[in-house]
Amino acid sequence: MQTAIQSMPHGAAHAEPHAEPGFLRQYVFSTDHKVVGIQYGLTALIFLLFGFFLMLTMRWQIAHPGQPVPVVGPLLEAVLGQVAKGGMMSPDLYNSFGAMHGTIMVFLAIVPLAVGAFGNYLVPLQIGAIDMAFPRLNMTSYQFYFLGGIIMFASFFIPGGAAQAGWTSYPPLANAIPTDGQTFWLLGMVFLITSSLLGSVNIIATIIQLRAPGMTWMRLPFFVWAQFVASFLLLLAFPPLEAAGVMQLMDKVAGTSFFLPTGLAVGGAVGQASGGGSPLLWQHLFWFLAHPEVYVLILPALGIIAEIIANNTRKPLWGYKTLVYAALALGFISFIVWAHHMYLTGMGTTIATFFQTTTMLISVPSVIILTCLLISLWGGSIRFNTPMLFASAFLPMFGIGGLTGLPLGFSYSDIHLHDTYYVIGHFHYVVAPGTIFALFAGIYFWFPKVTGRVMNEFWGRVHFWGSLIFMNVVFMPMFVQGLSGMLRRMSDGGATYALRPDVHELNRVILWGAVCLALAQIPFIINFFYSIARGPRVTSDNPWNATTLEWQTPTPPGHGNFDKPIQVYRGPYEYSVPGASKDFTPQNELPAKA
Amino acid sequence: MSGHSPGNAPVQIRKYLAIFGLMLLATLMTAGASYIPFGNRSINVIVALCIAGFQAFLVLGHMMHLLSEKKMIYGVLAFTAIFLVCMFALTILAHHDLPGATAD
Amino acid sequence: MEIPYTVKARPDTGLYNAKVGLWLFLASEVMLFGGLFSSYVLLRVGAPGGLWPRGWLNIPLGTLNTILLISSSITITFAWAALKSNQFGRFKVFLGTTLLLAITFLGIKSFEYRDKLSHYQVTLNSGQVVDGHLVERTADHLVLHGVEADSPKAFLDRRSREFRQLQHEEFKLATAEVKKVEAYKPRMNTYLALYWTMTGLHALHLVGGILVMGYFWGPGSRMWHTAPEHFTNRIEIAGLYWHFVDLVWVFLFPVLYLL
Repeated sequence: MQTAIQSMPHGAAHAEPHAEPGFLRQYVFSTDHKVVGIQYGLTALIFLLFGFFLMLTMRWQIAHPGQPVPVVGPLLEAVLGQVAKGGMMSPDLYNSFGAMHGTIMVFLAIVPLAVGAFGNYLVPLQIGAIDMAFPRLNMTSYQFYFLGGIIMFASFFIPGGAAQAGWTSYPPLANAIPTDGQTFWLLGMVFLITSSLLGSVNIIATIIQLRAPGMTWMRLPFFVWAQFVASFLLLLAFPPLEAAGVMQLMDKVAGTSFFLPTGLAVGGAVGQASGGGSPLLWQHLFWFLAHPEVYVLILPALGIIAEIIANNTRKPLWGYKTLVYAALALGFISFIVWAHHMYLTGMGTTIATFFQTTTMLISVPSVIILTCLLISLWGGSIRFNTPMLFASAFLPMFGIGGLTGLPLGFSYSDIHLHDTYYVIGHFHYVVAPGTIFALFAGIYFWFPKVTGRVMNEFWGRVHFWGSLIFMNVVFMPMFVQGLSGMLRRMSDGGATYALRPDVHELNRVILWGAVCLALAQIPFIINFFYSIARGPRVTSDNPWNATTLEWQTPTPPGHGNFDKPIQVYRGPYEYSVPGASKDFTPQNELPAKA
Repeated sequence: MSGHSPGNAPVQIRKYLAIFGLMLLATLMTAGASYIPFGNRSINVIVALCIAGFQAFLVLGHMMHLLSEKKMIYGVLAFTAIFLVCMFALTILAHHDLPGATAD
Repeated sequence: MEIPYTVKARPDTGLYNAKVGLWLFLASEVMLFGGLFSSYVLLRVGAPGGLWPRGWLNIPLGTLNTILLISSSITITFAWAALKSNQFGRFKVFLGTTLLLAITFLGIKSFEYRDKLSHYQVTLNSGQVVDGHLVERTADHLVLHGVEADSPKAFLDRRSREFRQLQHEEFKLATAEVKKVEAYKPRMNTYLALYWTMTGLHALHLVGGILVMGYFWGPGSRMWHTAPEHFTNRIEIAGLYWHFVDLVWVFLFPVLYLL
């Protein structure tokens, strides 16, 4: 008999009635997709909090340049030493925190949470599989992610601190900074990229191969489609960055000049590099990944939102097939828009026109998806529980993020807005009140399945309203600042520039908005851990009366997921079917005898 | 390959030997061709890439059995090929399209 | 608990899991090497003054290595074919041959690498450039066996008639007259940077393949007696990966050695 596919012959002896595995095997080196998913989830949440903390200290520095950071200042000085002298943030430290905030949030927090945690946990359940196609590979991918995270985290404590060249690591700046932070960053990225590749191979192979009988492609929940497309983006867009990362590592360690032009002068002195390289090459390879990466951030979020909206409006999703085709189109076009991040690099009009056109094209499927989700609300008798609150706030927030991106897609307006706070505002609207709201919604929604307990509704609402209000207090003023020309990545918050004083004043508004946003997360954190231990137990395996297969398992699902063979008879969103005895019909329910 | 050659177990050894011969020949040809001065080095480049393309066809088509593979694999590889071509073409084009240089 | 389609193909896709997984992995590998090749094109097209080294590598050795890798690709196919026709002994012979060929490839490659590490270009204060292999290096002089020219440009195209007419001899250079000593390491120029990076990454893929095939040849081959079909699939997968490594080399060889 064959046990786990990657297993070696001794696995064959691991017969069905086996002894309870030990603690390590069950929780640390587990190959069960649900455990791996939870590992991803917890690690990513910790990184999310850590990235948020980096941002908070930066916001203090921007609002009050050169003043000691309250509360954590002494801690920073004790841990990091000279760069945080007197509890103040030096420009070097600001640059490190800025670069690592971006890196950690994108590569260590949100993608692992959206794809690693939700994807791993839910995809096999939703398609009716007992596990991922390659369970051992799945465990390995988490371990690579964990190692990459450790390397990134450790880089804060090496002499010179973490990488300082922004999350984009543009050369020659990234090479010119004489500390080792960038080397750690590159090594960490190689691990993270490897982890993503293994993970995406696994998710795609699982969806292709392990769908339960009857689970045809057009019966897949939209969440699965979103994961499918996102995994393809990871699979095909990440390797060029891995190649670029290896080349930058060579530049850094072996002294090559892949990205260093001839005659490059650093600090007034011509460097030792042989030259002949191209800094733009890095930008191309970086954005070849990093633009699809944005859709890796968004698609799983859209998938989560779709599930929650269908469930809480008690209606089928409006335009399921349209959604699927739009997601596929989104994934496809996202590969050919990358250079709209590079209008300012001296790009000619022909190629700029091409990228402007594709960028405008890609907004079409995005709008289609958002419209379908909006219309799905129409005429529903909506249950406004916490997940649904987050999901419904997601729609306008993501809408703001998307629409403010249009001026950045045109080279004429982008040349004015590039590198200002407008870009920061736009991107954060997409990811923070966008994707992160969707992730919160997903956590509240699937918590009962994972833990068997329910999170507290009241504190959920407190968390929601606090987050919604203060997210906007933080990010809305950035549009104003950006439009008035305030540049990003300035460690003094642009104080050296002659801007209107009230534009600077907004920095304080944002700071206190961010502090309040932090306070608004406390109910969530307490609620999360308290509910794991003490929350009220669910009385049913399907507390939300949902139709998809993950709710047809025992709670929490055991190893092997389902306690009965699964046969799928219908599409994923059969809510309020006329003539049915109840307002939801699970995918695996036998059709009524005609 | 439980997929597509069930039963006819003795795989066509002769076919592989023929491919082996062709691959060796192509290798010698490409090495030899690089010694021939075609007058313009880009002709050498084109000749070498054509031979490499032929070898790639042999490896992919026959040794990796892509010529008789399943639709799903074709789909994956088709998208990969498209994105690969886009990456090559657009980076090169962007490099040569500079501001001030009009398109026509 | 048993994951379906590890051995038998899923009826609607016609594929077993590992095959899907491996082709997906290869797709990402295509993009990985694609990124490197597109960097190669971009850097070469944009090289300052259009100058690009030619003939810096040993073509006979490169050709030999190509032949070795192609042969190993064929022998692993035969190994798989042997399993298909139930000849375990034949399988062992052919997979063993594949391993030997792969290790020989790496041996030749490391010989080439070592040759590059002992190859130096020395610029003198007079502006003369001496290029050759290091014979001896002491505190006050160094001895190179090679050629001399007025400018490093003379060494760019080593397949040109002018270069081949240069006299090979031994040069004894006093440290005092030496301005710069440079080995043929990645840092020397973009071409060598690409050469080391691309062949290095390719060699890493070989090492990975050798480890996996070594396992299947040794302890892993016990699986043949318990699950022959599954084992045959594994060899097929290993073969697909190995063909891909071969495929990459088929492009690396002309691009780096010949053009």
